[in-house]
Amino acid sequence: MQLFLTSLTASIIFFSSLGVVLTRNVVHAAIFLLVALIGVSALFLVQLAEFLALVQILIYAGAVIIVLMFSIMLTRETEQTAVSNNAGKLILGGASIVVFIGFCTAIFMTDWAITDYVSNETGRFAALGKALFSDFLVPFEIASLVLLVALVGAVILTREGREGA
Amino acid sequence: MIELQILLVTAAAVFCIGLYGVMSRRNAVLVLMSIELMLNAVNINLVAFSRYVYSSNVVGEILVVFIITVAAAEVGLAMAIVLRLFRNWRTINLDAVSNMKN
Repeated sequence: MQLFLTSLTASIIFFSSLGVVLTRNVVHAAIFLLVALIGVSALFLVQLAEFLALVQILIYAGAVIIVLMFSIMLTRETEQTAVSNNAGKLILGGASIVVFIGFCTAIFMTDWAITDYVSNETGRFAALGKALFSDFLVPFEIASLVLLVALVGAVILTREGREGA
Repeated sequence: MIELQILLVTAAAVFCIGLYGVMSRRNAVLVLMSIELMLNAVNINLVAFSRYVYSSNVVGEILVVFIITVAAAEVGLAMAIVLRLFRNWRTINLDAVSNMKN
């Protein structure tokens, strides 16, 4: 059952990611990305990472997609990007497939020592919070600083320039 | 158990799709979306490893939390840059704006 759910969500993620890079319409690409991100959230849920599934929905589906949609709507390209050299796209696609084959050989050559560490555990939320506020306290605070700086930077960048820029 | 391999192959495929998108797209917003795909591939990998391979189990998930944080900050800043580009050049085609001077 778990194997089936994993494969199902994995194929949803795969095909909607393909949709993101292959469709011509920008808004369709955003919708495909939304499907892919919710698929990743479902995959987290199947893999028993409930907190991450929650965060994924909240931040990606809730915030990131909205921001991307805003930038699409505010910067509507009048001309659809023309079919710029197909030969170049073929080369790039070939390069990506070569990289993928390299990854796959690495994955299947490795002798993984697989143990299911998570299934029999309870209280993972509590363990996560404890680790976040003890072992990972400094990175956690730095992350909040990064968010603050990004916020201020975004405001400064989008403000109407006073120096006539 | 084949499940780890399914997860890893999916993550590798999504990463390569994102790579292709970053290289082939010309619209700045679409490049951003492809970057999000690549970050999510990394997240899938981390969750898979934290469940099946590495015994100290919450470390992988905490890394995912940080990656999501940085991705959110990145999208916010990138949207500001894209809007700025559009205001100055009236286009967000990355080939048209590849030099930073006017």
